[in-house]
Amino acid sequence: MSDLKTAPSRGAKAAGATADYLDQRTGVGNAVKFFARKVFPDHWSFFLGEIALYSFVTLLISGVFLTLFFVPSMAETHYEGPWPSMNGVEMSEAFSSTLRLSFEVRGGLLMRQIHHWAALIFMASIVVHMFRVFFTGAFRKPREINWVVGFVLLILGLAAGFSGYSLPDDVLSGNGLRITDGVVKAIPIIGSYLSYFIFGGEFPGTDLIPRLFTVHILLVPGLILALIGLHLFLMVMHKHTQYPGSGRSNTNVVGYPALPAYAGKLLFNFFVVFGVIALMAGTMSINPVWNYGPYDPSPVSAGAQPDWYMLFLEGSLRLMPGGTEIMLGSYTLSLNVIIPAMIVPGILFTLLGAYPFIEAFATGDKSEHHVLDRPRNRPFRTAFGVSLLVAFGILVLAGSNDLIATHFHMSINDITWAFRVLIFVGPWLAFLITKRICLGLQRKDRELVLHGHETGRIVRYASGEYIEVHKPLDAHERWLRVQHEAIRPLEIEPAEDSRGVRRKGYKADRLRQRLSQLFYEDRVEPVTPAELAAAHAAHGHHDDHAVETPHGVPAQVGAGAPASETAADERNH
Amino acid sequence: MSTPHDSHQELSVSGGQAQPPARFENPGLHEHKPRQADVDPRVTKRVERQVLLLLTLSILGTIAVVWAYFALPPGDTVGSMRLSNLVLGVGLAVCLLGIGIGGNYYIKLLMSNREYVEERHEIRSSDETREIAVQMLKDGGEDSGLTRRGAIIGAGVTALALFPLSLLVPLIGNVGEDWNVRKFKHTIWKKGTRLATDPTGRPIKASDVTIGDVWHVIPESLEDLHEGKLDEKAKAVVLLVRLDPRDLKSDQSPEGETWSHDGIVAYSKICTHVGCPVALYEQQTHHLLCPCHQSTFDVADSCKVVFGPAKRPLPQLPITVDDEGYLVAQGDFAEPIGPSFWERATK
Repeated sequence: MSDLKTAPSRGAKAAGATADYLDQRTGVGNAVKFFARKVFPDHWSFFLGEIALYSFVTLLISGVFLTLFFVPSMAETHYEGPWPSMNGVEMSEAFSSTLRLSFEVRGGLLMRQIHHWAALIFMASIVVHMFRVFFTGAFRKPREINWVVGFVLLILGLAAGFSGYSLPDDVLSGNGLRITDGVVKAIPIIGSYLSYFIFGGEFPGTDLIPRLFTVHILLVPGLILALIGLHLFLMVMHKHTQYPGSGRSNTNVVGYPALPAYAGKLLFNFFVVFGVIALMAGTMSINPVWNYGPYDPSPVSAGAQPDWYMLFLEGSLRLMPGGTEIMLGSYTLSLNVIIPAMIVPGILFTLLGAYPFIEAFATGDKSEHHVLDRPRNRPFRTAFGVSLLVAFGILVLAGSNDLIATHFHMSINDITWAFRVLIFVGPWLAFLITKRICLGLQRKDRELVLHGHETGRIVRYASGEYIEVHKPLDAHERWLRVQHEAIRPLEIEPAEDSRGVRRKGYKADRLRQRLSQLFYEDRVEPVTPAELAAAHAAHGHHDDHAVETPHGVPAQVGAGAPASETAADERNH
Repeated sequence: MSTPHDSHQELSVSGGQAQPPARFENPGLHEHKPRQADVDPRVTKRVERQVLLLLTLSILGTIAVVWAYFALPPGDTVGSMRLSNLVLGVGLAVCLLGIGIGGNYYIKLLMSNREYVEERHEIRSSDETREIAVQMLKDGGEDSGLTRRGAIIGAGVTALALFPLSLLVPLIGNVGEDWNVRKFKHTIWKKGTRLATDPTGRPIKASDVTIGDVWHVIPESLEDLHEGKLDEKAKAVVLLVRLDPRDLKSDQSPEGETWSHDGIVAYSKICTHVGCPVALYEQQTHHLLCPCHQSTFDVADSCKVVFGPAKRPLPQLPITVDDEGYLVAQGDFAEPIGPSFWERATK
């Protein structure tokens, strides 16, 4: 320590000289000045997006290893190698090289398993991160564009996963491709040609694996990298959102400086993510293609599931009754495939991607938002998000209906019928229940602010009256529960002006008002200082007695007050 | 509840004013509390030792990976392959997690955790900047001289719009081979093609098939193909079932013909939903189940759909026996096999 205070050491001199050299040629000093102590808010949920980023880096590292040994060819060969059950079996070069990679390349199996586990975690963390952003309203102005960038990354992630999953040319992924072919063929008018476009002729052809390889290692990762760059650039430019709390506002950002804590966490979190994936890959087998065998159009095994992020499509296909295929003259319109494989996911994804714009339209809000919402304070949005997730969850379960049937000894037809009903009822119920829970939690917040924590201490007054002592919230606890804006349904100008002339644009306004009412009619508003003062006056002051417990006792939230018919009765005037 | 009595505690929000404010005030940042490691040197020492231990573990992990690479090759047995993968994986995990957890632990407990506040600035540029930007664009447009030359703009836009065709036409032209989608409608089954077992290719005698049997069948001629074998197999695979002739309610043969032979029926194995091989046969009910999406077909009744997302029955392969008693096809399927496509039912 004392060295630093005296003459600069040789190391410090060298560092200074290097910095000077670089700065004179790149002006890097400006960048360091901009970044080095830039403040980033911290919260565990901000780590979710990081997991996605680091599993992607893990994918790139393990992927480069795999490309050195994988042969993307559908040329026929016969396997010779240490795996006895495949000896002499006719297979493609792709499958044969996958076996070689698994059994003969040292560490090859580990890299394959790291790659596959990382892909599953990549998709999972994207989805969880996306819903963190959704439920906390982080997508609001000015971040709508970044939401769309993230949404496109989700789609690209699906494309990356799907194209990579099919590369080993095993029987399981081959059947997945055959299903893809069936879905593509169902597209009206151009379906057959699109199938030729993809497969270079009839299914399966000999072009597909090389084509998927190019898509998987060049096109999609290139786009993902570019969009990750844009995603992070926008994140830095906007400065990260922060959770509500004491000292945090829409005009500031509270957190740790990039150097040292934040940058350090960024770096070490990568090692944690990669390390966990390595542990999974070392101990848990995934996609053992050597047990499935090479692709052959004839066999198929029961209980075969695609990777989890594709299960919803599979479930959707399973639920659709076949009677919906119709003939238009002599042309076949396979609504039994088009609806579940394209229209239903299309609706779910469009709603998700367009949500920030729908909400902004309904809210009529043009201001910037940098403080996140607590999900309970936006009951419609939270309920809507949960119902999307429930719809997705039901489709995932429906994609596993055969496993449910064999594990629980139930009729597969009954299960399918149950899911056919649930896909309509489930999201709707989830919406209602979630909204009620949110309103209940908000009421609980109000009650806490107005009446304080129950202490369980009963006091008897000289007059003979018994009261329970309530401990009022301290300013920090209270702020968390009252800081949010109460959004009320939009009010619009009447259809006719004072002279009885119909106003232009009334219909659009009316639509917007309806939407706004749907979003914000039911609401619980935060306590105002006047209300708190009134509550205290009404209670007298015995709430404030004998408060000895240290402040900062965690607030009791979670058990909602019984929800009455409507929340509107809690409205302020 | 309303008993009035004295209190020396005042509500902080009312602040003694007559009119309370409309909203609460932000109380400002929490007071910064020192951690144990900030105040207790023994805790600091302990954390330092733990971080050192984690980093040492990481070094040992790397050594373990390098050692395992040489000492534990995957070998020829399942056991040795598993061991190699396990040691390499766990070693790599220890090496990475040692760094990751050690570093994070250090940051969490020993690095300054004082929060800083930074002001945000509105994202939009100032009105002044906007004006300058707009003026710059105008000047640029003016300098280009294009604003006065509509024809050049029109021609330029058209040229740019058309240019991708010079790349797309060769690309799209080549990418779909010959674009002859009529191939979907035919298979290599011909009159007299023998039914053979999949995958051995041995022809099947009618007398070898007993009631209740299920055979996975390919055309015998598949073996003679040199190119596109998988493409043809993907269309031609058939499932052969022998029922008690009394159980066979119907098949797809038109009036006056018979497409089955003494209770033996052959149906395309490719699901009419999205093309999975329909391979699960239930003897008791004569139902065929597609394992992918659970379309269920009744073999005893023309393979009609009894449940699931498929609409059409599996097409039947008309069969008979030749002079030597082998099962042969009477011809190709009467309709295209497999999933529906737009032109499926056209001539």
